[in-house]
Amino acid sequence: MSALLELHDLDVEIPLPDGTLHAVRGVSLTASAGESVGLVGESGSGKSLTLRAAMDLLPVPARVSGGSIVVDGVDVTGMSPARRREHLSSVMSMIFQDSLTALNPTMRIGDQVAEVPLRRLGRSRSEAHTRAVELLDQVGIKDPERRYRAYPHELSGGMRQRVCIAIALSADPGLILADEPTTALDVTIQAQVLAVLDGLRRDRGVGLVLVTHDLAVVSGTCEQLNVMYGGRIVEHGRTAELLASARHPYTAALLRSVPDPDLPVHRLLTIAGAPPDLMQPITGCSFAPRCPAVIDRCASELPPLRSIHHGRSSACWRSHEPEQWVSSLETTDSTADGVRT
Amino acid sequence: MSTLVADTAPRSLRSKRSLRMNATLASGLTLLGLIVLAGLLAPLITSWDPIAQDLTKSLQSPGDGHLLGTDQLGRDVFARLLYGTRVDLRVGALAVLFPFVIGGTLGLVAGWRGGWFDKVLMRLVDIVVAIPYLVLVIALVFALGAGTRSIYIAITAVGWVAYARIVRGEVLVAKEQEYALAARASGLPTHRILLRHLLPNVVLQAFVFSMSDVVLSILGIVTLGYLGLGVPQPTPDWGSMIQEGQAFIFTKWYLAAVPGLAVVVTGLALALIADGFVHRSGRR
Repeated sequence: MSALLELHDLDVEIPLPDGTLHAVRGVSLTASAGESVGLVGESGSGKSLTLRAAMDLLPVPARVSGGSIVVDGVDVTGMSPARRREHLSSVMSMIFQDSLTALNPTMRIGDQVAEVPLRRLGRSRSEAHTRAVELLDQVGIKDPERRYRAYPHELSGGMRQRVCIAIALSADPGLILADEPTTALDVTIQAQVLAVLDGLRRDRGVGLVLVTHDLAVVSGTCEQLNVMYGGRIVEHGRTAELLASARHPYTAALLRSVPDPDLPVHRLLTIAGAPPDLMQPITGCSFAPRCPAVIDRCASELPPLRSIHHGRSSACWRSHEPEQWVSSLETTDSTADGVRT
Repeated sequence: MSTLVADTAPRSLRSKRSLRMNATLASGLTLLGLIVLAGLLAPLITSWDPIAQDLTKSLQSPGDGHLLGTDQLGRDVFARLLYGTRVDLRVGALAVLFPFVIGGTLGLVAGWRGGWFDKVLMRLVDIVVAIPYLVLVIALVFALGAGTRSIYIAITAVGWVAYARIVRGEVLVAKEQEYALAARASGLPTHRILLRHLLPNVVLQAFVFSMSDVVLSILGIVTLGYLGLGVPQPTPDWGSMIQEGQAFIFTKWYLAAVPGLAVVVTGLALALIADGFVHRSGRR
């Protein structure tokens, strides 16, 4: 399995009138064919921008200010925009959050699926049509010949997201980048759409990079998980392992804030404090001000993302001694409750 | 087609939409259709020649074969009104078409590309906008010499800025919409993204504006005619009719009022059409 997408120390900056927002800070990530990688984090953690940067779709005025993006073995960072676009789109496709705005409202959905085969891959009109019908069928749209002629507003949200997946597949990508693909859908439809994506990975060997804020979504879909906080990846590992035992206090706090239906708890646990101000330079760990396990070193020295054992890494000075700080998490929790209730 | 998508839930929504379209759009189209027909069928509706003078019968009151009387040169006013429709609608339409196409294209490219092209173009727009519309049109026509060709050139030179601005603004929004991002991500050629993905989604605003712009152009022509810079005599047009009738406003008020009413009714028809299109597209 060769890596289709490698990000090395990626930096994304957004120049704003009152300073520069350093949104992504040295993110490294690898995704291969047939593999599904999750990228989770709260709003503003830089997960979407990381994905957008990889696809060269950064919103103005954001720009890549450091690091490299290697796609299918080719470094695209120094390429001319036209060549980069051509190379990126031959390897990767992207799926967006809101399937209503992600489809052109003035085009029939079938024509949108057939567009890339027809306009870019040089297929004939009838070949492109057949291909589109085939793809619509593959993503689970019933009676694709007939739906081909529907407009986006005539379909339900789940249907539309399937159409988006069909469009993404129409270019025969090795890797699909999905930015919150299920956030706009209700839970049952979420499961269906995730099943379609998972099926593609297993049957066709398509790689998947899934960006979401929803731990439930990644836990069922992704083998690898990256947790982002303040523009950095703070923990990386196999999903099952990472969810079972966090090696970074942020991950631990995040997991704890997921409501457990089996427990008779009537309040949601939150993480006290606010995310870091990315306009300011941050010395040390960006989670330190909110971290219950904080030690002196955290505020002055940035903990690098260090390997703990094979395929597992964490950016915490205390990642080697989780048993020490997991308990401190509990204590702060009870005191915080005391204040809140 | 409608049967093909009939089972995809919002059937009722579709029919409601088309009903709404029928109410406004259809009345506007009907009205405009009648006006166009009146212009086209002018020789069948009236037997009078719009430019034939009969000085022995000047300024006659309505009746006696002249439905709306005669003007100061003894020309039949009704005939001039009908034939004037041809001139004013053609000039009005063309005086909007050129700015629409030129301004729209420039706005599309500026919004998409940004950078120096956008900056230069928008400063140019600011300069044109800073000068009052009619003043600039009148000055240009004056410099170029009276005549329909000058009117087209002057109105295009001034009118494109509105379309450039509208389309550019819409493109700035649309190009960050996910469908535009998806089109970019899928590596489609730029012209394809611009023409198939952006243009159909940004053109409506410009179209709606163009409907009111036709009225503005007709008013411009009317004003030019009033200043003697409009459609050259003796070609009948509403502007020159109003200008000439104005001298007799206290005795033969209808000489100016009737062509004025024609401008208003045409404007109403176009406004209804614009409104109907907005309704049909489901946008406000």
